[in-house]
Amino acid sequence: MLRRSFLKILTSSTVLLFSGLFTPIRLFAEWKDSAFSAKDIDTAIGNYFPNQNIEKTDQIKIEIYDEVENGAVVPVKVKTDLKMVKSITIFADKNPNPLIANFDLTSACIGFVSTRIKVSEPSNVIIIVNANDVLYMAKKFVIVHENGCG
Amino acid sequence: MASTIRLKTKIRDDITTIRLIVRHPMETGFRVDDETNELVPEHYIKKISFEHNDKLIFSCDWSRAVSKNPYLSFMFKNSKVGDKIKITWLDNLGNNDSLESLIE
Repeated sequence: MLRRSFLKILTSSTVLLFSGLFTPIRLFAEWKDSAFSAKDIDTAIGNYFPNQNIEKTDQIKIEIYDEVENGAVVPVKVKTDLKMVKSITIFADKNPNPLIANFDLTSACIGFVSTRIKVSEPSNVIIIVNANDVLYMAKKFVIVHENGCG
Repeated sequence: MASTIRLKTKIRDDITTIRLIVRHPMETGFRVDDETNELVPEHYIKKISFEHNDKLIFSCDWSRAVSKNPYLSFMFKNSKVGDKIKITWLDNLGNNDSLESLIE
């Protein structure tokens, strides 16, 4: 009886230990520091997508206000009809670190993402979409009146 | 303690729309504390992952330039009411939280 309850404790604590240890490690993989810490837009894009051509397209729709009072909360909505979207990446070219966020999609996902970002000064918000391993780019200019990165 | 993740799901045909807000300061490291006059250290979510019935379907890599209390929405197919959703986030200080829920 004692042995059984001891085993039970051992098993449950092992599960706890493992879930606590492994989730963050798996999650932590591949956060591209060299791109996130880049201080200009060309380095950020180049480090995130090394040696890859990027095509301009009108098949990415960016919904963002033309003008935003507070740069700390700038809603961005991205929609695309491109097929087999594997990732959607958001940059703001004048931010201290232009790479803002990357979203990895699987084949179950619709070509859509919506979020809120910080923009430090009037900037081009640049969206890069990986569709079937071809990179496409679109951008939209947003005016912000109050620095959202302070 | 209440979860840091507030999730809403909406399903139409077999397409689920996920909308969520995570309670998190998303400090950039540039902000000066009004009381101490010192810079508040950077503190932000780097990773979020979404599992649908134990399969990874969507994941994010974030910088400190995602707004405070981050909002996120995305959509996926091949889903039905009662399917399992698991969300997990991890920040730069090693904090993490997760939420398991069902599509309703």
